[in-house]
Amino acid sequence: MSIYKDAKYMDVPYEEKKKLFQEVKDDMRWDTTLYGCYECGICVAACPSARFYDFSPRVFAQIMAREDVDTFYELLNDSVWDCSQCFSCTRCPRQNNPGAIITIMREVAVNHGLTSAKKALKAYSRIIYKIMSTGTQVAPDMLQPDFFPDWGPDVKAVSENLDVWRRAIPPETMHTTELAWDVSEKTRLELYMIWKLTGNLEMIEKIDEGIFMILEEVMEELLDEHGYDIDDYENVLED
Amino acid sequence: MSIATALPPKASTREFIRKGQPPTEDYRELLFELEAKGELEVQRVPEPYVEVETKYGRKKKIPLEFTWHHKSCGQCGHIPGYSTAIFWLNRQFNKDYHDPKDQSSCTAWNYYASSTSNSAAQASVAIRNFAQAKLDGYFPLIHCGTSYGHYKEVREEILHHQKLRDQVRKVMDRLKMPFVFPEEIVHYSEWVHVMADDIAKKQVLDFSNIRTTVHPACHYHKLVVEDAIYDRDLYDGQRTAIVSGLVKALGAEVADYSTWHDCCGFGFRHILVSRDFSRSFATIRKIERMKEEANPDVTLTHDTGCVTTLDKSQFSTQAHGRNVGIPVMSDAQFAALAMGAHPYKVCQLHWHGVDMKPLMEKMGIDHEKAWAEFEEVAGRLKENGTEFMTWEDADA
Repeated sequence: MSIYKDAKYMDVPYEEKKKLFQEVKDDMRWDTTLYGCYECGICVAACPSARFYDFSPRVFAQIMAREDVDTFYELLNDSVWDCSQCFSCTRCPRQNNPGAIITIMREVAVNHGLTSAKKALKAYSRIIYKIMSTGTQVAPDMLQPDFFPDWGPDVKAVSENLDVWRRAIPPETMHTTELAWDVSEKTRLELYMIWKLTGNLEMIEKIDEGIFMILEEVMEELLDEHGYDIDDYENVLED
Repeated sequence: MSIATALPPKASTREFIRKGQPPTEDYRELLFELEAKGELEVQRVPEPYVEVETKYGRKKKIPLEFTWHHKSCGQCGHIPGYSTAIFWLNRQFNKDYHDPKDQSSCTAWNYYASSTSNSAAQASVAIRNFAQAKLDGYFPLIHCGTSYGHYKEVREEILHHQKLRDQVRKVMDRLKMPFVFPEEIVHYSEWVHVMADDIAKKQVLDFSNIRTTVHPACHYHKLVVEDAIYDRDLYDGQRTAIVSGLVKALGAEVADYSTWHDCCGFGFRHILVSRDFSRSFATIRKIERMKEEANPDVTLTHDTGCVTTLDKSQFSTQAHGRNVGIPVMSDAQFAALAMGAHPYKVCQLHWHGVDMKPLMEKMGIDHEKAWAEFEEVAGRLKENGTEFMTWEDADA
């Protein structure tokens, strides 16, 4: 039972919550993330997310230390996505790393296709497609006034002059509009093979089936063109 | 009980010396042990290199050339003058470097935003890039602070987990690439730091009236802390010396402000799909504090996300009457400007949000003339759709 009377998600079976809790603790990185907690609050004072959200890195450290599985599940579904992943919380005098606990928790949430994870990443999916298919996270052609209306008039100027302004940059690798730099096809294919070999595409399928299908179609056609047999690149982590 | 009659000693008279062993292990020893066992190959830092002091006193080798430029998505994509300035500086010193197409990003921006990956994939992405650098005959120089921090995390995981090493080896075998790890993970700002005196010797603009504030990037000094550069002569060695060392070498002022340790507000996921948070944090906790406490002409940082967040967040907050309006750029752009780089053709300042004109005027740059020169080249490129600006154009 949760120590909080108003705990959420009490309809979810305890065993299900415990399974996810255990997955976090089974991660190889777990042993270097938590050494106890002085409850000093230094992590909260250093945390940017704590200033603007109902979020506290200290709560993550304490809940994990107390093995409060119910509250863990609540955090996993709610405030886990508020973290800025800046690792300012590593100022902890006990050398805890709440940011790293959160990285692992998010990975577990994605692996299980939790509805809350899908919701948190809904607007973000096209970025996942970009990085996984091209090897670059953002591209010059993303600078559109309707996507970044709050960034000011220079975004409009960039958007209107994109082709010429990209060619007006001296390094040869940066004359691109759809990629941050000119990533070779060889590298894009190798990157996709890494995603296949490490089971990452299965993760994407759980979080956004539409993006998964587009990614698979586009990249596997490219692999085929280059004479690769995609069936040779199955998940090696399961061996 | 005695009553204090004198003021406490000044910071400059205090000296903090770490005795005994550093609190963290020496990753290089562990790397070389794995190499001796035949598990991986360690790529040595090429000569010439400079040794500098890190947080816990260990010396770190920073290569001066033969560098493989591991570019940054955000820099190349949205603030292209950042990467261009790094390359321009290398060219000014005739350094042999390689700007590869066979490079992917570290993919860590996505990982910290969405966690749609796992340790084996992230490590394999890192090792694929490192292997490619080795095959190309150059040593990785990491442009992005997050790539730098993430690759240090990957190093920790690879050093301590046999299972992960085995998984990565399987992946690399399938890619027919070697399992290579560099002796040091080196950030470009560390190269700028060790080149600061050489940069100052080639300085053509007087920066003595320029007041700066410095934002040290979180993933540089908070994520695997032990190989960030510290210097006893800067902040008494209590804060990373990176960026500030360059500013001092160029004769500009480094003004302090109380929230120097705070993050910029980037947030990885937030800057793309939840910017109300990024904007609020960047302006309220960083820009406004700097403005009130230091009133700088420019704020300098050394990472992709920090330049983007601190710069782009300022526009819309003006509508709320917030006290903003500080130009933001990287240390590399600042150094290049000091050495006479073109503000638009090299530093590409037209991609930044906050008005740079007052700063340029204070630096002694004729920005109207410079913009006309850029427009002339851009006009030529518009006429000829297959032409590009060359390095010769940039320096003309």
